[in-house]
Amino acid sequence: MHYEGIVTVRFKKSVLEPQGQAVMLSLKETGHEDVDLIRVGKHIEVTLQAESEDMARQKLEKIAEELLYNPVMEVCEIQITGKA
Amino acid sequence: MKAGILVFPGSNCDKDLDLVLREVYNFETELLWHTKSFNVNHDIYFLPGGFSYGDYLRSGAMASRSLSVNSLKEAEKKDKKIVGICNGFQILTEARFLPGALIRNKNLKHIARWEALVPMGLFKDKIPEDYSLPVSHSEGNYLADVDLLKELKDNNQIIFKYKNNPNGSKDDIAGIISKNQNVIGLMPHPERAVFSAKDTPLPAASGNSFFDAIFQGL
Repeated sequence: MHYEGIVTVRFKKSVLEPQGQAVMLSLKETGHEDVDLIRVGKHIEVTLQAESEDMARQKLEKIAEELLYNPVMEVCEIQITGKA
Repeated sequence: MKAGILVFPGSNCDKDLDLVLREVYNFETELLWHTKSFNVNHDIYFLPGGFSYGDYLRSGAMASRSLSVNSLKEAEKKDKKIVGICNGFQILTEARFLPGALIRNKNLKHIARWEALVPMGLFKDKIPEDYSLPVSHSEGNYLADVDLLKELKDNNQIIFKYKNNPNGSKDDIAGIISKNQNVIGLMPHPERAVFSAKDTPLPAASGNSFFDAIFQGL
């Protein structure tokens, strides 16, 4: 079976994320003074083969831990969104 | 003496390092391509500046999972000296040879200029106080939480600080060393200040004092 999943990677709350800061400043300068905070993260779409949805989730968790996010500075959420 | 220089797709300071090691220090060198494991029979290893795998995902992330870096883990176990410069430093943090992480410069700009540095720890008495090296990076903003920063200070692991922090690095950190003093990572480029320094108004050949210091005791 082929499953589709989404890995969302965010900087930890404690990290001052420079891209988000720049985007926020740009919005404020163009009239959106009501924006309090912008944080830019990553949305990674993965299609993989597994025997069940549970197995697909486990595989995706392993992939995320091995490469897709760095726990020193980031947190990550995993979703299996359906069959491909 | 024999040095191994790890080369990744996108490395662009490997030849500079090679030239310095061979011409100035009479090293025998070997360029080690990322797709191959290697035998740990060198005295010292370098990870050069530049890029690796386009630095997609995070700088150094994919390179840190390569076969050559896997062999480098053997070298680390054998207490070999390992030096990562710029992208090499990023790879060493991603591979967890060194703590912390390097993220996008605070001002989001690529910074390429000479920076004044304060040599500390191992380099405090080996490098002149009035010291500068070229930097060239977009992701040199060193990240360390309170606990890590305390650990780095307690163990004398900070080896260079910026005099005028260009990138938002925690505590002005430009370079660190591992607890056992074998693995070095720094954002500035000493290899770019060996042959070119004579053409600048800054102290000549400043990169040499860095190499002189790390080769002591090899």
